[in-house]
Amino acid sequence: MALEIIELCTNCWACEPLCPSKAIYEAKPHFMIDPDKCNECSGDFEDSQCASICPIEGAILNADGEPMNPPGSLTNIPLQKLAA
Amino acid sequence: MQLPVLNSAANEAPKSGCSAGSCGSTDDQMNHLPEHIRQKVFNHPCYSEEAHHYFARMHVAVAPACNIQCNYCNRKYDCANESRPGVVSELHHPVQAVKKVLAVAATIPQMTVLGIAGPGDPLANPERTFETFRMLSEQAPDIKLCVSTNGLSLPEQVEELSKYNIDHVTITINCVDPDVGAQIYPWIFWKNKRIKGREAAEILIAQQQKGLEMLVAKGILVKVNSVMIPGVNDKHLEEVSKIVKAKGAFLHNVMPLISEAEHGTFYGLTGQRGPTNEELQALQDACEGDMNMMRHCRQCRADAVGLLGEDRGSEFTMDKVEQMEINYPEAMKMRAEVHAAINEELESKRLAKESKVQLVSIQGVQKKEVTRPVLMAVATKGGGVINEHFGHAGEFLIYEASSDGVRFIGHRKTTPYCEGDISCGDGESVLDKTLKVLAGCEAVLCSKVGYEPWGPLEAAGIQPNGEHAMEPIEDAVLKVYEEMRIAGKLEAKLDEQQKVA
Repeated sequence: MALEIIELCTNCWACEPLCPSKAIYEAKPHFMIDPDKCNECSGDFEDSQCASICPIEGAILNADGEPMNPPGSLTNIPLQKLAA
Repeated sequence: MQLPVLNSAANEAPKSGCSAGSCGSTDDQMNHLPEHIRQKVFNHPCYSEEAHHYFARMHVAVAPACNIQCNYCNRKYDCANESRPGVVSELHHPVQAVKKVLAVAATIPQMTVLGIAGPGDPLANPERTFETFRMLSEQAPDIKLCVSTNGLSLPEQVEELSKYNIDHVTITINCVDPDVGAQIYPWIFWKNKRIKGREAAEILIAQQQKGLEMLVAKGILVKVNSVMIPGVNDKHLEEVSKIVKAKGAFLHNVMPLISEAEHGTFYGLTGQRGPTNEELQALQDACEGDMNMMRHCRQCRADAVGLLGEDRGSEFTMDKVEQMEINYPEAMKMRAEVHAAINEELESKRLAKESKVQLVSIQGVQKKEVTRPVLMAVATKGGGVINEHFGHAGEFLIYEASSDGVRFIGHRKTTPYCEGDISCGDGESVLDKTLKVLAGCEAVLCSKVGYEPWGPLEAAGIQPNGEHAMEPIEDAVLKVYEEMRIAGKLEAKLDEQQKVA
């Protein structure tokens, strides 16, 4: 059970200091989550901290590989406009 | 390490002769400020149209994280060719940032101000922001520090902020009504949760107002930035202006929304337009009754370097900075000399202006004729004189002449006529664009105007004028206004306007 940061990450540093398990680390080309350390914040916070501050839709995936913040969920930009 | 004592004269503002308020010419916001504030900001390029021709500023991009989302911002954006807030090309760690600041300050001695403005929210990156400030306070005490913030985490940072050489904080306040805020901010990150909608706006507004009050109580200068979004907060900003003034903000900067679709922001993609020049000016005028308005903001990048409107960032990329050997204590002596010379020049200009103002006010007693205000555009490279060709001007300064005197209204950007005479998209010629940009102006004053644009300018009701090259801007504007008065042009239009109204 771990979250994953993918290539959409813009390296903004917002998530790194929030992680209660210190699972997030700076890497090239983008930040990474150590799957052995990440527990999705269970026991520490109600919501996963990285996914709660990440500004980029789709940059963080859950254990099933689905985006924690799907397209349009953070910016409210209608999907057909995002695709264009 | 013992640092050399700076020439104290270099740090002292030229005395203001008209701190009591209006002095005929109202081109400079600083003239309206109380003396103790004016002393703090006289050499800050962002606070005065005049100072920005002499002093430079730079931003370092050490603060990438943000704790809110604004509908005019796209966090994916990173571009070398664009000039607007929130955009940077390379991010720095504090140690690198300090190196860069010292290199720039030693190379451009006019650089007096270092700001941290993003590309995220500086106070959402407290370690990186404060480490940068801490090192600069120690290593470069002759540089003023400033910071801008959305205000969400401001109250908890005020104590830390007050420890450094920071006397200016800018808070972006777009609203004081959560219903308006819900249309500007989709979410905030607050107490370990992402909060959306009206509730998010309510918390953000409360934090901004609390932060503003706390800063004022600490004696730290606060400027308020607002983004004007037509149909969302344009009417509301007058109230914002009243409230922030009442709480002690010293300057309000209303900026136009930038919302090109290609920027990929919510507003850009949903077709939210920015204000026209006329709408922006009308709002700034409406707010001015309540407080000092800033008119010359160029909405620069979060990593801009140099004088306002110019960006020398590419000379100071990190690989270039690493090659530079900087002896800052030595540089500081040179900087003090440069600052003293600039202050001397500003002081002599101010004295000249003051004696002229007295003369005008004596003459003014005799003729009390009230004439209608006229907008004029001016092409200048700086220094307060008309010294730019029409065809080379990338921006025009807009002045209003009236029977009360001359005042600076703002600046309008265009594409220089001589740079691309074919077209700039949609078949619109460069000249057409400039004509549109100058809408509302009745004259354009430049050092020279070519034959070709002359006709179209006249046809658009904008009289080209190249007769005042190298003259001080306000003198020339007044002269042209006087010529218009004698020619009877200042009453005729009033009738027309009244008929329309």
